[in-house]
Amino acid sequence: MLTAVYVMLFLALLLGVLLGYSALKFKVDGDPLVARIDAILPQTQCGQCGFPGCKPYATAIAAGEADINQCPPGGDAGARALADLMGVEYKPLNAEHGLPKPKSVALIDENTCIGCTLCIQACPVDAILGAAKHMHTIIASECTGCELCLAPCPVDCITMEPIAESPDNWKWRYPVFDIKSVGQVGNAQAGTRH
Amino acid sequence: MSSLLNIVKQSFGLGAVAVSGGVHPPDHKHESTTQAVGQLPLPHQLTLPLRQHVGNLPKVLVKVGDYVLKGQLLAEAEGNISAAIHAPSSGTITSIEDALIPHPSGLPDRCITIALDGKDEWIAHAPIDWRKLETEQDKSKLLEGLRSSGIVGLGGAAFPTQVKLRTNAKSSVDTLVLNAAECEPYITCDDMLMRERADQILKGLEIAQHLLGAKQCLIGIEDNKPEAAEAMRHACANSPLSKLVPLKVVVVPTQYPSGDARQLIRLLTGIEVPADKRSTDVGLQCFNVATVLALHRYFDFGEPSISRIVTITGNVQKPANYEVLFGTSVADLVQAGGGALADTDGYIMGGPMMGFNLPSVSVPITKASNCVIASAPNLFPSAPPAMPCIRCARCADVCPVSLQPQELYWFAKSSNLEKARDYNLFDCIECGCCTYACPSNIPLVQYYRFAKSEIIAQDRAKEAADLARERNEFRLMRIDREKQERAEKHAQKAAGAKAEAAKTEATSATEAPEDEAMAAKKAAIAAAIERAKAQKAAAAPQNVVDAIPSVQAEIAEIDARREAAKQSVTDAIATNDAQEEK
Repeated sequence: MLTAVYVMLFLALLLGVLLGYSALKFKVDGDPLVARIDAILPQTQCGQCGFPGCKPYATAIAAGEADINQCPPGGDAGARALADLMGVEYKPLNAEHGLPKPKSVALIDENTCIGCTLCIQACPVDAILGAAKHMHTIIASECTGCELCLAPCPVDCITMEPIAESPDNWKWRYPVFDIKSVGQVGNAQAGTRH
Repeated sequence: MSSLLNIVKQSFGLGAVAVSGGVHPPDHKHESTTQAVGQLPLPHQLTLPLRQHVGNLPKVLVKVGDYVLKGQLLAEAEGNISAAIHAPSSGTITSIEDALIPHPSGLPDRCITIALDGKDEWIAHAPIDWRKLETEQDKSKLLEGLRSSGIVGLGGAAFPTQVKLRTNAKSSVDTLVLNAAECEPYITCDDMLMRERADQILKGLEIAQHLLGAKQCLIGIEDNKPEAAEAMRHACANSPLSKLVPLKVVVVPTQYPSGDARQLIRLLTGIEVPADKRSTDVGLQCFNVATVLALHRYFDFGEPSISRIVTITGNVQKPANYEVLFGTSVADLVQAGGGALADTDGYIMGGPMMGFNLPSVSVPITKASNCVIASAPNLFPSAPPAMPCIRCARCADVCPVSLQPQELYWFAKSSNLEKARDYNLFDCIECGCCTYACPSNIPLVQYYRFAKSEIIAQDRAKEAADLARERNEFRLMRIDREKQERAEKHAQKAAGAKAEAAKTEATSATEAPEDEAMAAKKAAIAAAIERAKAQKAAAAPQNVVDAIPSVQAEIAEIDARREAAKQSVTDAIATNDAQEEK
């Protein structure tokens, strides 16, 4: 009887120490859920969701303070992925936060730019190069298309240019078949050959 | 395990194993092999797309209005995997702008256009005596030079050849495979090349063997090209290479797609190159016959890659092969083929299995263009409507890379991209055997291409997002750091001001120390001014130090005169002052 109690006590002590130790040793820094949500978000850092960047929005979603449908750049696919991850019902994008747009990059009209550096301060990913009273320019490969530089520009010299389709970024289309009108069967068949 | 199997097979004399899968479409090769390779008349202009090869776009070295000679470098290779572009004939560059290129997208891309002057004037040829270059160092220098040859794989993949000729300790090449299978229907450019220029191909093969140090060479030819095989055998017997290393022409059974490098390697050697490795990792390298011929032209004659043999066939009057300068429009080639027949409804670049419809007949021939087929309804009837997959697995039977096409089809169709990737979608070589075999007429390859490009786009977006996250995090960190630094500075300043105030309070009682401090400051300033003056005086004019004595004397004289003048002026002022005082 007493042996059993001792054994149980010993085990409890041992496991307690083990658990306590591992709680310290293998402590996870930060919320892994936030990181997983952040991985889904498109990282445009545009703030259209109402939070100052993707990470704060991810934190808010994890805390249940924000909905999953507030990210227009992520699009419908993003909202679906977030719904999947959070185990909630999918919701279509909330139009209050804006609508998805084709991916664009900012372009500075270098003739108009006065070198005020306001856009440099606004850019969340440091994609604008320039110095005070010197012309600024966008590093197109780093630009996320967040449009945050548009508002601060005092001379409105920044425009958003949609990324054009080129042989470099062109994608094969989903196979669909043209519906042919019966009268023209003979001359409308290019494209379905293999 | 597989290597063990290979050893067993080889010991039983079964070095070559049959390729799994594959199909036997009607080959339509005889139409275009009835006449010798022709020469296209010199066109009036050439349009050279910068995108003619796999890898980075080359950097343009010329500008509009420049006169260029035949063989002159127009754009140099940029980065590791890239190829140079040369002027295929002499003329003036009229534009460097976007124009239609032969690409499945049908989108325009950057092209250099040359208006030819008809003189066809060459640059000075600079042949290289590659036999003398024995050491590794020499060879690497040679490969560096090969970067500006513009040679890419002419079998259709257009991979820069200089990259494939590099060897290192990790991947030494044991067997060199010469790809002459030409398995796709209609295409006969390699067949004609071998019939007519087998000896030149062997010379090119010698160079490749020399550079790679291969211990044996195998030439794989399908059995539907007996003339070519005979010509190659003959050339092999006469080649000095046959005395150096074992050299063998292997005739393989005709089956599509045994011309794929990995398939051919498996056919010839029994070695299956693992999906995640390159052929060099298992001691093999594979070149197309036209590519090694280009090597020969470059090394022995100093001619860069400016033309290739192209088959014009299908619905044209006289199907044949022509030596075509890069940049020549497809229309010119069709013209040479006697013009298209009346019911032609489009043009295909490449073969009927893997080629693509050309957006226009005005697009140029590029390094990757091996064949142009005029299509017509009777040659390529439009595919009947696709019916549901019945899971007959015929696609799996014919798949040369042993994938499960029916599964991939489900995943691609439902855009279940992750799953498609798990089922090794990226091992698919897009040969089209599955589509050819499908009894339900499902355009399987189109689904795979769609899924592949979707996955690639997603991966790129993910990469961009990761970069953006990193940059954003760095920015936030930097702003934080700057804020902290500013705060520290403020704190320091505040502390300094406080100390100063305390000090002045303590010393304001007595005036003298302050005067003393002021005096010390003044003295310091005076000393600094004195120092600066001394420095100025010490800095003698540098350019007269080494002057010859007569010049020195002249300078001294001028200095003396200047000094005297100064003196006289001060004297005059002094006397003036004195007079005024008086």
